[in-house]
Amino acid sequence: MNNATPLLHVKNLHVRYTTDEGTVHAVNGVDLVMKKGETLGLVGETGAGKTTTALSILRLIPDPPGEITSGEILFDGHDLVPYSAMKMRKVRGNHISMIFQDPMTALNPVLTIGDQISEVIRLHDRLSRSEAYGKATRMLELVGIPADRMGEYPHQFSGGMKQRVVIAIALVCNPLLLIADEPTTALDVTIQAQVLELMQNLRTELGTSMMLITHDLGVVAKICDTVAIMYAGEIVEYGTLQEVYNNTRHPYTKGLFGSIPKIDVRERRLKPIPGLMPDPTHLPQGCSFHPRCPFCTDQCRHKKPENVLLYGDHFAKCYYAEDGLQ
Amino acid sequence: MNELRAHEALPESDRMVRRKKSQLRETWRRMLKNKASLVGLTIIVLFAFMAIFADHIAPYHYDEQKLEDAFLKPSRDHWLGTDNFGRDILSRIIYGARISLQIGLISVGIGVAVGGSLGAFAAYYGGYTDNAIMRFIDVLLAIPNIVLAISISAALGPGLVNAMIAVGIGTVPIYARVVRASVMTVKEQEFVEAARCIGAKTPRILLRHILPNAMAPIIVQATLGVATAILAAAGLSFIGLGIQPPTPEWGAMLSAGRQYIRDHWHIVTFPGLAIMLTIFALNLLGDGLRDALDPRLKR
Repeated sequence: MNNATPLLHVKNLHVRYTTDEGTVHAVNGVDLVMKKGETLGLVGETGAGKTTTALSILRLIPDPPGEITSGEILFDGHDLVPYSAMKMRKVRGNHISMIFQDPMTALNPVLTIGDQISEVIRLHDRLSRSEAYGKATRMLELVGIPADRMGEYPHQFSGGMKQRVVIAIALVCNPLLLIADEPTTALDVTIQAQVLELMQNLRTELGTSMMLITHDLGVVAKICDTVAIMYAGEIVEYGTLQEVYNNTRHPYTKGLFGSIPKIDVRERRLKPIPGLMPDPTHLPQGCSFHPRCPFCTDQCRHKKPENVLLYGDHFAKCYYAEDGLQ
Repeated sequence: MNELRAHEALPESDRMVRRKKSQLRETWRRMLKNKASLVGLTIIVLFAFMAIFADHIAPYHYDEQKLEDAFLKPSRDHWLGTDNFGRDILSRIIYGARISLQIGLISVGIGVAVGGSLGAFAAYYGGYTDNAIMRFIDVLLAIPNIVLAISISAALGPGLVNAMIAVGIGTVPIYARVVRASVMTVKEQEFVEAARCIGAKTPRILLRHILPNAMAPIIVQATLGVATAILAAAGLSFIGLGIQPPTPEWGAMLSAGRQYIRDHWHIVTFPGLAIMLTIFALNLLGDGLRDALDPRLKR
C-alpha cells in the first residue's frame, strides 16, 4: 500500500430499503475518506444511516430489502461494490472487521470463546487447528483475559469481558480497517473507558484504522482524528477533530454541541434540537435539515446545498458555512 | 504485533488437550447430575445391550415353536410365558429389541435429516425457497401420517428397510416445521451477522452457528418421535406391510396377541411394556441431553 491512496474512499454512496410502506432512503450520497492508521468518528442520531453505511462497506446490507443503488466503495484502491460473494468473504474479517453494539448477542452462546476466536483465523489463514488455537489464545491474553478461560462459554463472561472477546475476534486477523458500531453503548461508563482504551492501544499497536460509529461526542473527542457528522443519510460536516469541534460550521453540528449540558453552568432544562429526524421515506426537499434549522432561508427549502470546502479537509453541507453562523 | 510474537513459545498442545477433555467431561458431569436422564440412559443401554447380544442372552430362538406349549403363563422355563405358537415371549422381546430400536432410530434419523435440512433451508433463505419448500411440506402434512406410510410401503413393498423409509418420510413434515421455526428465531440474532462479518460461508453459518442453537426443540421432538415411529412401524406390520412374520417386532407381537387378550394377558402385556419402557427411557434421556448440551443452562 502506498500512502497516497486513502485506505477507504466512499464516493457518493446511495443505499435504499424497499419495503411495503415505501422506499427508505437510508444513505443519500455519502462521501468519506479515511487514511491509513486514522480513526474516524461517524456521529449522528439514531436512524441517520450510520450503521447502514458501515454495513454497506462490508456489503452486508440485507438484500432484499436493502440495495446499494449507486456509488463506489474504494478499499485500498479497489471498488468493493462489484465484488462477488466469494471475494467479499475474503475481505470480511481479514481486511475489514466489525465490532457490534451489543456484545451480549454478538457471540454464539453454544460455542466456547476459544472456538469462536479460532474460527476467524481458520477461515482466513492456512493454520492447523492447534496453531489457530494458539494464536487465538495469545489474542485473548492481549485483550486482557487469562488464557485459561478459552474453554468457557459467552454466558460465563461479564458484558465488558464479552466486548473484549468481540474485539479479539475482530482484530485477530490483523485487519486494515476496524468498524466499531457503537462499541460502548451497551456497557456501563467505567467499563466504557476501559474498553475504549483497550481498543485505542491495540489499534496503534497493530496499525489498524478505525471507523467509530457513535452518538457520544465525548468519546469522539477522546479517540478520533477526524469526525464525520451524519444527518438523514448524508455527511453534513466532515473535518479533523480540531476543526469540527472548534470551528463548527453546520447548524446541525452546532445543535449537537449545544445539546450537551455543560458542567459549569447550572441549567434547568437540556437544550435539544427542536423537531425530529425527517421520515426517511419522505425526505424534505432542499436541505434535509431545513425544517429544524434556525437559520433556514428560502434557498435551503428548495435546493440541496453542495459541500462547501473550508479550511483544509473541513467541509460542511450548508449555504452559510463560509460565513460562520451567528 | 510484537506482543503477539512474544507469546509464541508457549506450549499450545497442552491447552488444546485440556480444553477438549474438559468440554466432554463437563457435559458428562451435568448428565450425571440429572438422575432421571441417567435412569433413561441405563434403560436404553440395557435394551441396546440386549439387542446386540440377543443370540447369547435369549433362552430360546425367536421362532422356535412348540405348539404343545402354547399360551403358557409366565413360569420358570418361560419367564414371560409363551404365545399362540408356543414361542418364548422373553426371547422374542429380546430379539425384537433389535428390530424395534433400529426402526425407531433409523426412521427418525431419515425424518430429521430430510425434514431438518428442508426446514433449515426454508428458514435460512426465506422468500421463494421458503414458500416452495413449505407448501410441499403442507401437501405432505395434509395426508394423514399413517396413510402416507401405508402408500409408501405399499409402493416399495414390505420389509424392514422399506418400513423405515415409509415411517421416516411420514415424519418429515414434523421435523421440517420444528427446525424451520427454531432456525427462524436464531438466524435473526446478531451473532449470525457477526459470523457473516468474519467471512463465514453459508453452510458453515447454518451448521455451526444456527443449528446448534436451534437444537433443543429438535432433540425433544426426535426422542418423542422414536416412540411414534416404533408405533407406526407396528401399525404397518399389523396390516402386513411392515415387518414380516416370524421376525419378532414388538408392535407386530402386540397386534398378533391382541385377539388373545381376554384369556392370555401376558402375550400383549410384555411387548407393550417393552415399548413403553423404551419410549419412557428415550424421553428421559432426551430431556437430560438437551439440558446437558446447552451451555446456557450450566450451573
